[in-house]
Amino acid sequence: MTETHPATGPSTDGLDARLVVDRGDFRLDVALTVAPGEVVALLGPNGAGKTTALRALAGLAPLSGGHLRLDGTGLDRTPPEARPVGVVFQDYLLFPHLTALDNVAFGPRCQGATKAEARAQAAQWLDRLGLAAHSGVKPRRLSGGQAQRVALARALATRPRLLLLDEPLAALDARTRLEVRARLRRHLAAFEAVAVLVTHDPLDAMVLADRLVVVEHGRVVQEGTPADIARHPRTDYIARLVGLNLYRGEADGHTVRPADGPPLTTTEVLSGPVFVAFPPSAVTLHRDRPSGSSARNLWRCEVAGLETHGDQIRADLTGELPLTADLTTVAAAELGLHPGAEVWATVKAAQTHAYPV
Amino acid sequence: MTLPADQPRAAADTLRGGPRRRSARTGVPLPLLIPALTGLAFLIVPLIALLVRTPWHSLPEQLTSADVWQALRLSLVSATAATAVCLVFGVPLAWLLARVDFPGRGLVRALVTLPLVLPPVVGGVALLMALGRNGIVGQWLDAWFGITLPFTTAGVVIAEAFVAMPFLVISVEGTLRAADPRYEEAAATLGASRFTAFRRVTLPLIAPGIAAGAVLAWARALGEFGATITFAGNFPGRTQTMPLAVYLALQSDPEAAIALSLVLLAVSIAVLAGLRDRWMRAG
Repeated sequence: MTETHPATGPSTDGLDARLVVDRGDFRLDVALTVAPGEVVALLGPNGAGKTTALRALAGLAPLSGGHLRLDGTGLDRTPPEARPVGVVFQDYLLFPHLTALDNVAFGPRCQGATKAEARAQAAQWLDRLGLAAHSGVKPRRLSGGQAQRVALARALATRPRLLLLDEPLAALDARTRLEVRARLRRHLAAFEAVAVLVTHDPLDAMVLADRLVVVEHGRVVQEGTPADIARHPRTDYIARLVGLNLYRGEADGHTVRPADGPPLTTTEVLSGPVFVAFPPSAVTLHRDRPSGSSARNLWRCEVAGLETHGDQIRADLTGELPLTADLTTVAAAELGLHPGAEVWATVKAAQTHAYPV
Repeated sequence: MTLPADQPRAAADTLRGGPRRRSARTGVPLPLLIPALTGLAFLIVPLIALLVRTPWHSLPEQLTSADVWQALRLSLVSATAATAVCLVFGVPLAWLLARVDFPGRGLVRALVTLPLVLPPVVGGVALLMALGRNGIVGQWLDAWFGITLPFTTAGVVIAEAFVAMPFLVISVEGTLRAADPRYEEAAATLGASRFTAFRRVTLPLIAPGIAAGAVLAWARALGEFGATITFAGNFPGRTQTMPLAVYLALQSDPEAAIALSLVLLAVSIAVLAGLRDRWMRAG
């Protein structure tokens, strides 16, 4: 992405930040480097510090340490109104007393445009986002998807060098979400400066972003492309997000020994600390100890809980090795599964995936 | 707000069943009902008495007398001016109390509220000590600018504003606290300075609260008596507002006092109706 800006060095364009924010017992310390044209998602559970990071980038939360540079300019001490930053807030925060047009014109107006100029610019942005017909409407009469686009238009109308989106799809219902997500992806792809979005939804992150930065307890725990993170999760949180069973242990050839639990057999040959991951669908359950199964991984488990997962049943298992297993409703009925039932679980080595820590 | 669907039926049951059934779920215990009705009568009977004793036949004559018009006009003008003073200084003060975290904020809020509970006469004496010709501020106003405030119409406005301002500040501060401060943050990310955000976002959002506070302050200023008579005196045409005129008339011409009171009552009811229609229903 830096090759599209040959005039300036790769280190000056885009966002270069280390955000340190202390708040009571909580400390956020996140390094973030984003090139122009790139979309980065901060992904993490609630309370991980994602929104704090976003507020620090916008200047709404003061930095306790670190640095913040955008296109080579230090912004650490710049007040929010002087930063070239646009924010789409989680619940949009459209000004309820202004029409969609005047909401979008607010930014250009604050930047010194005359009322007529600001409105003309705002009309262009609304048109670009397919909202020309709604420009005279007050926010409370807009649908969730429309309000989100007005919020996006309002943020873009200030021509920011850094666009921040806080849970951009969280306020939408499931049906509009699908359509809005696809539309937002197109708009973000067309945005030429830095875009950072915050979400706890892995699907939103993977669809919208080029790169994911996973934040837990105020720290970056993993960074990479969506495909990389989906295949090689490094924490239980990410593994759960992408729907994988994940274990960490010491590898010795085909065998991986977790710190507490039975050994796992893998196809890869590795040594040293590794992760082993396999999807819940790779687990087969048996009522009695299977004889003559080719599976190398066999554990005795107890059913802790059952829930429907699409058209399947997802079983939470405890015992030698905690894991989740997916099975059909028919199979669950034949096994007579119920919380507390004893079962045997097998996983073929070929269905596991081991990779170094 | 509509009544619950079973309310009319419950009322009908009470009627049919008589007092014995009043102790049922919808009934009101007598130890609460009797004081409640007494309290209600206590508040309403004086107003009814005022209406009963109104000299309706001579009322047109009373109300068209020049004295009444003079006092009424002075009251309306000074109460409106006092409200304007309250708005200009009170809204920023409310913003400061609601949005800026400064040391001693609790103390400042207590001081702002003090005129609310202070006897107005004390307020008038205090104003004389501050702005009187020998007051700590007034002596300089007199010496440097030749401005004398006591016993002038401006003095009436100041006395009324002193008593009415806390109503406005408290009302506006409450509205500001209830308003989402994140709108101001959103405005900041769009390039608005704190003052622009206040003017273009916060002010329109809290306009109903400001209007309600202004009406309360205006009503309080209109009825002001103690601070006004202490600080501004009682000069017809200059400082004699309606409440002062009522008090004075009661000693010499009770019928005129009743007529004047009736006018103030009508204005109060109009204010209440205006408040209810515009803001209380919305809340």
